Amino acid sequence: MHRVVITGAGSVNALGHDVPSTLEAMREGRCGIGPLDFQDVDRLSIQIGGQVHGFEAEGRYNRQQMSLYDRFTQFTLAAAKEAIAQAGLTFSGDLAAKSGVILGTAGGGVNTWDQNYRLVYEEGKNRVHPFVVPKLMNNAAASHVSMEFNLKGPSFTVATACASSNHAMAQAFQMVRIGMAPAMITGGSESMLCFGGVKAWEGLRVMSKDACRPFSANRNGMVQGEGAGIFVFEDYDHARARGAEILCEVAGFAMSSDATDIVMPSKNGAARAMAGALADARVNADQVGYINAHGTGTAANDKTECAAVADVFGPHADKLMISSTKSMHGHLIGGTGAVELLACIMALRDGVIAPTIGYEEPDPECALDVVPNEARDADVDVVLSNAFAFGGMNAVLALRKV
Amino acid sequence: MNIQDKVIEIIAEQAVLETSDVALDNTLEDLGIDSLGLVESIFAIEEAFDISIPFNANDPSESDFDISNVQSIVAGIQKLIAEQKT
Repeated sequence: MHRVVITGAGSVNALGHDVPSTLEAMREGRCGIGPLDFQDVDRLSIQIGGQVHGFEAEGRYNRQQMSLYDRFTQFTLAAAKEAIAQAGLTFSGDLAAKSGVILGTAGGGVNTWDQNYRLVYEEGKNRVHPFVVPKLMNNAAASHVSMEFNLKGPSFTVATACASSNHAMAQAFQMVRIGMAPAMITGGSESMLCFGGVKAWEGLRVMSKDACRPFSANRNGMVQGEGAGIFVFEDYDHARARGAEILCEVAGFAMSSDATDIVMPSKNGAARAMAGALADARVNADQVGYINAHGTGTAANDKTECAAVADVFGPHADKLMISSTKSMHGHLIGGTGAVELLACIMALRDGVIAPTIGYEEPDPECALDVVPNEARDADVDVVLSNAFAFGGMNAVLALRKV
Repeated sequence: MNIQDKVIEIIAEQAVLETSDVALDNTLEDLGIDSLGLVESIFAIEEAFDISIPFNANDPSESDFDISNVQSIVAGIQKLIAEQKT
């Protein structure tokens, strides 16, 4: 078994167009959620989101690229560029042949679906652009990363709704750990903030019209975000041999399935995933200093997640910190675990715990230290990152300071 | 078909029951309708009457729409129709 470390991170999200600006916003407890801006937003009952502003494809990508890159691919490529630059890796020869890309997305090119349905249904056009399919397919982002950076090893895309990027990163971790690949590019991306994307979510009636307030008694639902988080997972010895800067270690993971309900979360499924990740990482529950919660801000998730944490950690649940950064960047659905991993890196490397902002009223059913409203300095050695998806599919990563 | 009969028809369909098996004092729980079934029923009612029902599944008590039993749902819909269709 090989140790696995993170040597590069990149992101585009509502808090920033790169990792430093995102972490600065998390430290300051800044909210990236605001009024949505896109066609027909006035016909939505939910009009807020963690939208990425000022990220223009024009100038960043050429005309040919833009005809192939949906917004979720644009975010991915920008984040991958940042991550791989930080890692300082150039993929050639054997390294290129063995290294691949595993990314998560729930919806893939939702904007492309939306725009082209609008053309054929609403505008009555009978012809669409020839690249609609390669632009919207869920694996488009992973494919473009492989082409852009010459990654010729195992590459694919994972779709498990809100746990997609955690499942993807767990898979990449496993490949490096067993020695299949010296490095893997992994993470996830999502861009559903368009009329059809938000309209679909509205139907479930779980969205908040005003703010995402995880764990707060007056929480009233989730808020969608968009963006990407991309990482370089690398064999520890490989990273050490080339003198790379190590951000943290990926120590273990676990996946579980609730096998109960298509939307309602299960305490048991969540608890099994957390306990499994601890066991896989060979750490005791009392070593965990911080959990980056799934923390959607819905009534159902937050109380179930807190109950699961209490089950797994026992008395230590009252000593650890747990926060949901979705309060700041929104719920990036298939990309959310990836952006949230940044908060885990910040906790381990910088000793700063990102807050749960928007916290207004304690909820007895969420009676944990949720790091309300202000970031906190704390020295932590082991952290978990939770993702619990619709469909009852859970993936938890355990990370450790190096 | 009056409003009450139509609402009962929608609820009965969701509960996979005959309309005669749905009583006004039944709660949704009595009828075996869970939170997902409720959201689906509300959608069907909105479509049937072309109204918009304020309902957030995170906090059913927050919205001004009483779902404590069939009677209260019918009353709420009658009120919304009066407000929205005039």
